[in-house]
Amino acid sequence: MNMWRLLQIELFKITRRPRTYIAFAAITAIVFIFQFAFKADGQSYMDLMMQSAKDEFAFDRVEAINGYFMCYIILNTLLIQVPILVALIAADSISGEANMGTLRLLVSKPVSRTQIILVKFAAATIFTIFLLVWMAVTALFLSIVIFGTGDMLVFRTKGTESMIMQITKDDVMWRYYAAFAYATVALTVIAALSLLLSIFADNSIGPIIATVCIVIVCTIISNINVPIIDRNVKPFLFTSYLVGWKGFFYIGTNENGNTIKGSLENWPAIRNSLMILIAHIVLIVGISIAVFRKKDILS
Amino acid sequence: MKMLLTMICCAASVVSVAQQDAAALIKKIQAKLDLVNNYEASGKMKTNVTFLKVPEADVKIYYKKPNLLKIKNEKGISFVPKGAVSINLSNIIGGNQYTVIDAGMDKVGTVSTRVIKLLPTDDNADVVLSTLYIDEAKLVVLKAKTTTRENGSYQLDMTYGKYAVYCLPDKLVFTFNTKDYKLPKGVTFDFDDGAASKPAEKNKTGKAEISFSSYTVNKGVDDSVFK
Repeated sequence: MNMWRLLQIELFKITRRPRTYIAFAAITAIVFIFQFAFKADGQSYMDLMMQSAKDEFAFDRVEAINGYFMCYIILNTLLIQVPILVALIAADSISGEANMGTLRLLVSKPVSRTQIILVKFAAATIFTIFLLVWMAVTALFLSIVIFGTGDMLVFRTKGTESMIMQITKDDVMWRYYAAFAYATVALTVIAALSLLLSIFADNSIGPIIATVCIVIVCTIISNINVPIIDRNVKPFLFTSYLVGWKGFFYIGTNENGNTIKGSLENWPAIRNSLMILIAHIVLIVGISIAVFRKKDILS
Repeated sequence: MKMLLTMICCAASVVSVAQQDAAALIKKIQAKLDLVNNYEASGKMKTNVTFLKVPEADVKIYYKKPNLLKIKNEKGISFVPKGAVSINLSNIIGGNQYTVIDAGMDKVGTVSTRVIKLLPTDDNADVVLSTLYIDEAKLVVLKAKTTTRENGSYQLDMTYGKYAVYCLPDKLVFTFNTKDYKLPKGVTFDFDDGAASKPAEKNKTGKAEISFSSYTVNKGVDDSVFK
């Protein structure tokens, strides 16, 4: 049995699980709620973000609430919750088989355990990609249909500094493509982690909860803003790099503070974050293979 | 005693003549400004504010007497300082609701200018004081400082070209006070790229620089533009 055939079977199994569609439904519901809320009263949110600047500057709030801005706001919220949705599927990979008693049957097939793990990981990655494509369709393209396009405003805090960045509308789409590609890598780390945890369990609830707990705890530590933790702990947590997709929206500026079209403020930081995430994937999948190869399959 | 009185009288008459000269100079500038009933101008606006990272914008500026002014970005969003209405000198000089005070001579760059202060006669007016630096030879205002009750101080620096006859600048730099901008905590979840943030500046001023490429004067501007 070749890898491609195995992958097809895995993907078929994923499509047959009702929980797969819970993830898509959850994303759709959250996106629709955001779009409805901003259509009804987006200007209040804009006023909140503008703070004192709204008294000093006149600008078109209606034009500022466009499809690009909406997608950024939705991703900002969703990409914290999406790891949980990825864990729903990926954490079921091995433990689900163990729970149903099919794991022994699976490993008795003429495929290596390494192949099984790689195929399970590939299937979870493909699910993650589909989830992000769905997010792009609903949060980006649907928002563009509802709100139109325009220059994009990015509100950002950098240390003690707060700032508003404006990206011209002809400079936005490539940033979204790059951000979604980055998010795919970031969420694949979660998929790999869930897969690893699922090897140790006989039902999928344990690994799902464990993954969610790890993500929540690490995210809290990543955002705690205590200098000693920022310096000594934060760099070693993968959750610190999950929001690296935002780096594609931190546009570079010249000495006068005017933005430069097509530029990134800190590409090396994004690249390094990406490398760290890829290293996490390789490491976690490697550990998964090593553990699964030595595992006594009793169920 | 007679000598002292004579000196005081002479000094008073010199001051009075100077005030009349200053008022006459303002009248001349006003007359030039009155030639413009409306205009539509094209230009490029560069905004330099610590917390605003915005692109250089192609803007259109619309003006209509007595005090309607609108700056529009042709292609997208533009952040226009609210005090920018004073980039039109008619809003400072027009109305005659002020006392003219001659404050002597000063240099703007290499040009020798007459400094004239305008004190509003209305105690409740938002503008507390305007100071104009006027090139008497060309009859144009090179610099204007305005202090307001509620909105801080503004400064206009202008250079003139072929529209000097209307007192319309080719380039102006509008300097204004800005407040601290702070986002509410915990709403952005930002990516920490490890780069250090800039230390906060104590005296916060912003600048908007507009370079005009063309003016269309007195060809009519629709009221709907200003809505």
